[in-house]
Amino acid sequence: MTNSIAEIEEAGCIFVIGSNTTACHPLISRRIFRAKEKGAKLIVADPRNIQLSRFADVAVTHRLGSDVALLNGMMHIIIQNGWHAKDYIAQRTEDYEALEKVVNTYTPDRVQAITGVDQKNLERMAELYATNPPASLLYAMGITQHTTGVDNVKSCCNLAMLCGNVGIRGGGVNPLRGQNNVQGACDMGGLPNVMTGYQPVADPKVMEKFSKAWGKKLSERPGLTITDMIPAMLEGKLKGLYVIGENPKLSDPDWNHLNHALKELDFLVVQELFLSETAQAADVVFSAASVAEKEGTITNTERRCMRMRKAIEPIGNTLSDWEIICKFSTAMGYEMKYENPEEIFNEMRSLTPKSYAGMTYERLGLDGLQWPCPDTNHPGTPYLHKDQFTRGKGKFHDIEYKDPAEMPDKEYPYFLTTGRMFAHFHTGTMTRVSPHLDVEQTTGYVSINPKDAAALEAKEGDVLILTSRRGQIEVPAKLTNSVAPGLLFLPIHFGESPTNVLTNAEAFDPLAKIPEFKVSTVNIRKFSE
Amino acid sequence: MDCKIVPSVCSYCGTGCGVLFEVMDGKLVGTMPMKTHPVNEGKLCIKGWNLHEHVNSFMRLKQPLVKTFGRFIKTDWDEAIQLTADRFREIIEKYGPDSIGVLVSAKITNEENYLGQKFARAVIGTNNVDHCARL
Repeated sequence: MTNSIAEIEEAGCIFVIGSNTTACHPLISRRIFRAKEKGAKLIVADPRNIQLSRFADVAVTHRLGSDVALLNGMMHIIIQNGWHAKDYIAQRTEDYEALEKVVNTYTPDRVQAITGVDQKNLERMAELYATNPPASLLYAMGITQHTTGVDNVKSCCNLAMLCGNVGIRGGGVNPLRGQNNVQGACDMGGLPNVMTGYQPVADPKVMEKFSKAWGKKLSERPGLTITDMIPAMLEGKLKGLYVIGENPKLSDPDWNHLNHALKELDFLVVQELFLSETAQAADVVFSAASVAEKEGTITNTERRCMRMRKAIEPIGNTLSDWEIICKFSTAMGYEMKYENPEEIFNEMRSLTPKSYAGMTYERLGLDGLQWPCPDTNHPGTPYLHKDQFTRGKGKFHDIEYKDPAEMPDKEYPYFLTTGRMFAHFHTGTMTRVSPHLDVEQTTGYVSINPKDAAALEAKEGDVLILTSRRGQIEVPAKLTNSVAPGLLFLPIHFGESPTNVLTNAEAFDPLAKIPEFKVSTVNIRKFSE
Repeated sequence: MDCKIVPSVCSYCGTGCGVLFEVMDGKLVGTMPMKTHPVNEGKLCIKGWNLHEHVNSFMRLKQPLVKTFGRFIKTDWDEAIQLTADRFREIIEKYGPDSIGVLVSAKITNEENYLGQKFARAVIGTNNVDHCARL
């Protein structure tokens, strides 16, 4: 997030797109409700009719994967009416002309044809967003998990900059992160092309610094992303895999594809709390300690680094993940020895000058600190790009709408999208073993519009067979108006009805390599004995 | 009865709500919201209120496992680590360091992610390190 969670309350307008906030980030949706109580306007754009839509000043259900067209359409209307922030654009941004040229062609008629959103609603969205500053834009995987994920994000940034909403309190472009430490995993260099604090692997100076600190000559060749690792396994180029606390078998885009790939490995070691779907395929499983059994820090979606503290001793013969990595490393002939996580943190921050250098365990206290925090007197940074953008001037991108990889046809006439539901989390490894969460939803389901169900003569709970170009699953029907006719929704938490049997591993964003989980096409029929 | 309250952070979504773990006689018995925390101000969602339940689940792995003839056998740390290190060294010798991949995690701490990528880069010698940010 460019801005802080608490700042959402100070927004004049909140635009939520591609985030089912009340279910997936309930304590962020609380801020939206509080902002509404203070008079903020709320815009919701989501292919489904979500809970938040009911509270919105304007809510639209745009067609799956049509986000670029919708956002360009809003910008078209904003520019036509002269609602854009002309001074801000002149002083702080560049390439505005290119943007204007592209969005000029996104007339309301054209946008309606692509998105299904009518002119009246589009105008209302544009007006509310542009005329109630500061406006905060919130998005989640509904924007990113597309073949046009990067384009979608850039379009969100275009809209926010067009109205001067980046670099001000209460505004911003705010991606809501789905995992407790996904921000931290990226910040710590858990990516194939960057070290800690996004220092590029391809920069010889950076690699020289790390080589010196770690006493080992390091490779400057960027590595493989998870999306690239799968074909590398199938081609026999990747032979060994060490998986720490992940369940890619259920979270990756193509179950069958990945299943084959894992079998091709010479050796798979998985470090886990539970015998997850991926751990079951492993040669060796390392039993890890849980959140309550260890010390360390995590960084949340608003860049706030916070301490977790040990509450109980590790259960059974489990070890903290950092202790296991140290043992493994030492056995591999590279001695890793730390007294405690604080010592690791201090080594990390000494190599991460711009963002984490000023944080110490003592300074983090109970509230934590938000990066960038470059020195030990720095108070942390509640919102980014205050006086200028990281790159200097904010760059507008001219983005054209592109169709998703799959569109409905005769053979596969239904759109399918995936996501989370309120009581469960990700692949369900943690929530499905929690009695009070399991009881809320014990099995997988598919949301289907009652009209579509009637055409199949299917009642609530009847088993439907969903078929895509990749495979098929059987799953009970849940009849709901939250999805329009022609659209189906599958939650991702349930291994017995795995969404990634159906979704498309071949379709991913060319730059970010993020799979298009949010759009695939399927056919359905009722299961009969 | 020994009773203590330990401040921590919820490990579900990326919001990062401050929680208080309730510990009685060394057992984790509950999760409460931290009243003064800047993120959640004394509130939690249904997942947060039940955070302790997955920790106490009988499904938790309690020791390292090694697969022999298709079945998992319980083992100790020395054997599990040694076996894995031996196999990884064999693979590196035969196919080079880029034949190994490491997936770190959005569910482990910053310190552990730092060590995970250090392990891939300094110990194995590859930049094949990623995690499920995209998924």
